[in-house]
Amino acid sequence: MTPPTPASPSPCTFWLGLGAQISSGFSRLSPPCCVFFAGSDIDTRKINNSFLRDHNYATEADIISTVEFNSTGELLATGDKGGRVVVFQREQESKNQPHRRGEYNVYSTFQSHEPEFDYLKSLEIEEKINKIRWLPQQNAAYFLLSTNDKTVKLWKISERDKRPEGYNLKDEDGRIRDPTTITALRVPVLRPMDLMVEATPRRVFSNAHTYHINSISVNSDYETYMSTDDLRINLWHLEITNRSFNIVDIKPANMEELTEVITAAEFHPNQCNTFVYSSSKGSIRLCDMRAAALCDNHSKFFEEPEDPSNRSFFSEIISSISDVKFSHSGRYLMTRDYLTVKVWDLNMESKPLETYQVHDYLRSKLCSLYENDCIFDKFECVWNGTDSVLMTGSYNNFFRMFDRNTKRDVTLEASRENSKPRAILKPRKVCVGGKRRKDEISVDSLDFSKKILHTAWHPSENIIAVAATNNLYIFQDKVN
Amino acid sequence: SAGSCHSVSSSGMAGADGDDSLYPIAVLIDELRNEDVQLRLNSIKKLSTIALALGVERTRTELLPFLTDTIYDEDEVLLALAEQLGNFTMLVGGPEYVHCLLPPLESLATVEETVVRDKAVESLRKISHEHSPVDLEVHFEPLVKRLASGDWFTSRTSACGLFSVCYPRVSSTVKAEIRQHFRNLCSDDTPMVRRAAASKLGEFAKVLELEYVKSDIISLFTALASDEQDSVRLLAVEACVSIATLLPQEDLETLVMPTLRQAAEDKSWRVRYMVADKFSELQKAVGPEITKNDLVPAFQNLLKDCEAEVRAAAANKVKEFCENLPEDSRETIIMTHILPCVKELVSDTNQHVKSALASVIMGLSTILGKDNTIEHLLPLFLAQLKDECPEVRLNIISNLDCVNEVIGIRQLSQSLLPAIVELAEDAKWRVRLAIIEYMPLLAGQLGVEFFDEKLNSLCMAWLVDHVYAIREAATCNLTKLVEKFGAEWAQNTIVPKVLGMANDPNYLHRMTTLFCINALSEACGQEITTKHMLPVVLKMSNDQVANVRFNVAKSLQKIGPVLDSNCLQTEVKPVLEKLAADQDIDVKYFAQEAIRGRDYDDDDLEAPDITLYSL
Repeated sequence: MTPPTPASPSPCTFWLGLGAQISSGFSRLSPPCCVFFAGSDIDTRKINNSFLRDHNYATEADIISTVEFNSTGELLATGDKGGRVVVFQREQESKNQPHRRGEYNVYSTFQSHEPEFDYLKSLEIEEKINKIRWLPQQNAAYFLLSTNDKTVKLWKISERDKRPEGYNLKDEDGRIRDPTTITALRVPVLRPMDLMVEATPRRVFSNAHTYHINSISVNSDYETYMSTDDLRINLWHLEITNRSFNIVDIKPANMEELTEVITAAEFHPNQCNTFVYSSSKGSIRLCDMRAAALCDNHSKFFEEPEDPSNRSFFSEIISSISDVKFSHSGRYLMTRDYLTVKVWDLNMESKPLETYQVHDYLRSKLCSLYENDCIFDKFECVWNGTDSVLMTGSYNNFFRMFDRNTKRDVTLEASRENSKPRAILKPRKVCVGGKRRKDEISVDSLDFSKKILHTAWHPSENIIAVAATNNLYIFQDKVN
Repeated sequence: SAGSCHSVSSSGMAGADGDDSLYPIAVLIDELRNEDVQLRLNSIKKLSTIALALGVERTRTELLPFLTDTIYDEDEVLLALAEQLGNFTMLVGGPEYVHCLLPPLESLATVEETVVRDKAVESLRKISHEHSPVDLEVHFEPLVKRLASGDWFTSRTSACGLFSVCYPRVSSTVKAEIRQHFRNLCSDDTPMVRRAAASKLGEFAKVLELEYVKSDIISLFTALASDEQDSVRLLAVEACVSIATLLPQEDLETLVMPTLRQAAEDKSWRVRYMVADKFSELQKAVGPEITKNDLVPAFQNLLKDCEAEVRAAAANKVKEFCENLPEDSRETIIMTHILPCVKELVSDTNQHVKSALASVIMGLSTILGKDNTIEHLLPLFLAQLKDECPEVRLNIISNLDCVNEVIGIRQLSQSLLPAIVELAEDAKWRVRLAIIEYMPLLAGQLGVEFFDEKLNSLCMAWLVDHVYAIREAATCNLTKLVEKFGAEWAQNTIVPKVLGMANDPNYLHRMTTLFCINALSEACGQEITTKHMLPVVLKMSNDQVANVRFNVAKSLQKIGPVLDSNCLQTEVKPVLEKLAADQDIDVKYFAQEAIRGRDYDDDDLEAPDITLYSL
């Protein structure tokens, strides 16, 4: 596998100017998208209600908790707090409707996790999908891993377009035939039928985590993946469910000495032996699985020395890393903490290469953000396909993009009121103190309940998926 | 549904037109699509019956096309199908038509489940032999090519296992193509395919002409052995064994050894682990000279590796490696190169390493002889025998017999016995427990005479241990010893001591007598039980401690089956009746239970009435 070449002239400048447009949001999905629920009308309606979320109220279960494109970008999966996974498929290219290229329609929906109760520990286990990761495609079917706090599941999503017909012991209408009339054997024949998409659970990887799983990551060797909880990282073989290997364990012998937890972990995109994990103390450790079976000793340690002048009660909380992502090239790391996004060069451990302010205007409001718990929000971050642009979320349904080459940045808003389908997205500005200009929004009127935590970027094109609580927005470059 | 059809009686089907022999087949065919996976599986397993009923023509034209598209099913059904098709040649009309089986097996060879794919490949390999040379080139080889150039890596991984079966039977042009396909797969984009190719490299090398082994295989081997993914590199180690066996000795140095040396020093511990794990095979494949010059230092390094997994794998191979060293220099190499490393491993920080070593280290004594064993190995055995990890100690004790053969029992007892006795009297009851569990094993290895002299007193001392778990284990131990040494031995050595405890002032010891009798009566047989044990039990029914009395009741029930009925009526029953009228409610209860002859759960019997676990 050749990694995509990094830092080619950014096709995104256009984007970061004015050019994004809504190509499809949930609201535009019409019921026929769900044809594969070839049941009765009632069924279809029910499913539409729960998945299309085309209503003003949203239940807690509808809140999207993860978004992920597959390796080609043809499919996009979301998971929600209700334990459901919805997979979208990109519209095929058609000559007469070129603008529809890039639209995503519902391809498959299934209940991945159910709420459970651990009777030994008297603990409720939520069904919320914490992460979804696609596996490299191995045959005509698609495979993804989904995880809640405790259990990782491997799902197969496959198509079926043929159906066997003809029985010996019953007729076409299903009536039992008189056995005495059977004079010849019939072998069933396969006939074409409407396309049916099935999701089947293939493996369940359970009972390996005492704490809550926050990340899963598939290795570039195509046969292993790791699952990470607050204190441990386990390595699994994709075909073996009853055994996993502990590769990192930071649990102190005495839990009162606990000062740090693991917040995220990811494998290197093409070096199968390398992975990183980030911590609540703002550091990132890079481990080499070649060196030892247990990777308690990191081989690299990335941390920015703290600026003593900025030290406050909140310093440690806001320096906690909520997400870490390797660039597609494998050369850089991106980390997200509460106020910034940082890019690290794997060859420089002492300080980040680049630091971008996501919403620095919140620095003065940390006290109230602490009181309403927002300061603990875990924002994720993503690279574009060429590693030249970074994207991450903020509050008030805003999300931010940073162009690494031009150093330009933009704030965009995912909302149905302010952006019509196929309209160009207008950049938004937050006004910091002083006079508020037209089109600007003041820090005090930001809605902190509308947060964009999860976003995804198509692996090769400028298509992004943004989860805003219970809505999924898909934006793409303007199609000419 | 098909299920309800089962209820139709077969006699009702014998109509004028109906053929009742068709009915069961009709059910089988319909159940290929039943909702119940068990019924589908059942039908697939009887696929040959269906095919036989349909005849070769309809099997080819109707059944096989249907099966070709039935890849949506559960893994177990697909697995059974893949296996069935490997034995289907006669059912499609013999070798002439065997190629009809290729389409369904081809689609099974692309499913995601490895076991199913492997089974499909196995069946394909099987039926490849039933193809005529012409059919092989017309039908089979194109299938291999299709799989090898498939879009998905599942099909390409399957192709890797098929090259070696068709290569020997095709023309030289096709052979060249096959080699090219294999080369492509060795440098495939996905590690999955490269791994599959690497794991079949040795097998493919075996069917290639020597010139191509030298030209093609060696370069592929070198490339795979330096793959960027360690999961690929480690598979090249395995291929190394087969390739080295194929090459003449003089080529090994230039063609194989550089790669092997590199693998033994690979940055990834998993690759070094693989080298350690395959060390004996490698040693045999490269021969004595290279072993002496190259493998000995490599082995030393593996024994000193920084990763415990590697050291453990190497430690496991110590005995085999030493055994296979060339005879002329064996002792020198072991004494000067291997033993120093082994000495360090005895005090390794990792218990798996020590335990792996302990499982083989005793074997060195046969290789080194008596004097070396006494001087160099015994101190190591002693150290391991005192290891804190029970698995290490067990591994030593369970291999004592081979040392026994070399240095003799006297020598062994002088050196090792003090250590065993020391453990037997350890202050920690868990350590004592571990030693008790080894006792039957030791007794068997050392013989009855030695046992009586040195170990018997230990075994009896455990019976009066102050920890219940030890007394319980000691009781159990006695049973095993009696099973080994026989009833007569029991009567002479154990029974008197056990029965003597019946008069102990401590009621716990008196109860131990009862527990021992419970455990021993069956092994000792009717005569000893009636003559020696029963009188003691009966006498104890007058014990002043209620716990002893109700245990008498339990014991009487337990040994009842060993006694004859006359004895039960005249001796046991009166005592039980007396106990049934006891003042103590528990004694009453258990006596009544015994009279009623109800079986107790074993737990019930062994549960201590007063727990004295001191942790």
